[in-house]
Amino acid sequence: MIWDLHTHLSGFDGATPREKMAELIRFADRLEIERVIVFMGYPFVYDPTPEQLREQNDQVLEALQPWHPRALGFVYLSPKHLEFSLREFDRCVRDGPMVGVKLWVAVKAHDERLDPIVERAAKLDAAIFQHTWTKVMGNLPGESDPWDVVALSRRHPEVPIICGHTGGNWQLGVRALRDARDVSADLAGSDPTAGLTEMAYRELGAERIIWGSDAGGRSYGSQLAKVTGADIPESAKKLILGGNLKRMLTPILRAKGVPL
Amino acid sequence: MTVDVNVTLGRWPFRRTPGDESGAALAQRLRARGVTQAWVSHFDALLHTDLAAVNARLAEECRREPLWLPFGAVNPTLPAWRDDVRRCHEGHRMPGLRLFPNYHSYTLSQPVAAELFEEAARRNLVVQVALLMEDERTQHPLVRVPAVDAAPLADLARRWPGLRVIVLNQRPGPPGGVRALVEAGAVSFDISMVEGTGGVAKFVEAAGAERVLFGSHAPLYYWDAASLKIQECGLAPELEERIRHRNARAVLRAA
Ligand SMILES: [Zn+2]
Repeated sequence: MIWDLHTHLSGFDGATPREKMAELIRFADRLEIERVIVFMGYPFVYDPTPEQLREQNDQVLEALQPWHPRALGFVYLSPKHLEFSLREFDRCVRDGPMVGVKLWVAVKAHDERLDPIVERAAKLDAAIFQHTWTKVMGNLPGESDPWDVVALSRRHPEVPIICGHTGGNWQLGVRALRDARDVSADLAGSDPTAGLTEMAYRELGAERIIWGSDAGGRSYGSQLAKVTGADIPESAKKLILGGNLKRMLTPILRAKGVPL
Repeated sequence: MTVDVNVTLGRWPFRRTPGDESGAALAQRLRARGVTQAWVSHFDALLHTDLAAVNARLAEECRREPLWLPFGAVNPTLPAWRDDVRRCHEGHRMPGLRLFPNYHSYTLSQPVAAELFEEAARRNLVVQVALLMEDERTQHPLVRVPAVDAAPLADLARRWPGLRVIVLNQRPGPPGGVRALVEAGAVSFDISMVEGTGGVAKFVEAAGAERVLFGSHAPLYYWDAASLKIQECGLAPELEERIRHRNARAVLRAA
């Protein structure tokens, strides 16, 4: 059972969200990926306005419609537009089909403007996904690194948060997350460098690692190899490839009456 | 059956990788995955100056392990580099060279590159050019090595039309760049850093079915990545065979 934590419409052929989504599913089928989480529309916008956020979330809602619940969605929000983001959360998650929140590079995760978003998501058991990278040439102005996510997590004990890309530079990222018990590591969207999954498994344990692809910018195959090719037990691979994400989303899916 | 044209022996200087315990351990991993031949260089070639010794060790490892086919390293900015080429060719009987222009501090538009290509063409050696080893964003802060600009390869390929060039670790980029190299001469590419969903199929469209080779960049990358990237594309069996081994064998046969 494979669940993909991390896909986008961007990068797929097609003129409309539905056409792009059909492509996404066609490729997912070939690698027997059972469910996919989709977030953000297109084109990618680093610092979106409320209008752009709404437009991108509408694209995802449109794409999900024929495929739900095989395809699930996270709502794209920006703490820079906090009031709007809370309303958008209600529209897409509380009153809509989405099951989590995606935060990208508008505001660093340590910023206190994230707190009301985290609190609202936690109340509904919605997943919280924060992109991170640690680039040697320096991050984007609002781009978080894993330490920012750890700071956020300290203010919200017991709330599960996902650290996107495990910081990209995973040797640093895994270390940063060691003691942050509520933070999970997303394996998606970096080169398939051997040793990533073994180190995450050794330092964080299988329960805190979640597989995702970052398709269409990445290949499902190159990303899946991070788990299929890793020297870790089969039971750990099962958790990473789907078990952990399913466990995390089970309460909100149940509450929404979505079949598991 | 798979011919993997992009494998490296030894140890990556910045971390250990699963399978780097020994050449035998790596060979066992690759064999278990259906690799029938792997074209290998050595990680020592990136930073060592005594490349003659690196190449001698590489040749020795390849004599002990029939899976390996050695590609020697030559740095044309070093004194006596032509003798390194001669030793690789006449002494070690290597079929080709693997170049690391960025780690060796030259560009492909510099005269030394042309001199090296001329020497390789004269000896009818295959020339592999590794454009980068890892994502530039994750490099060690004191060892930041920019990717090689492959564009000047078009000129080099035009000047020596029979020279077989294999570009390793090419990021897909705009298809125009790849087309320009394909049209210039006998240039082919491995798939190790081809990304994007369905990326290999798109890359084949840009480069042509006969110009794309299976390369894993193991043990730095999980070997499975290259294989699953092909599987993801649902290619026709004939095309998949070309990429997995037939194109590589054709490159060798063209000697
Ligand atoms: Zn992403």
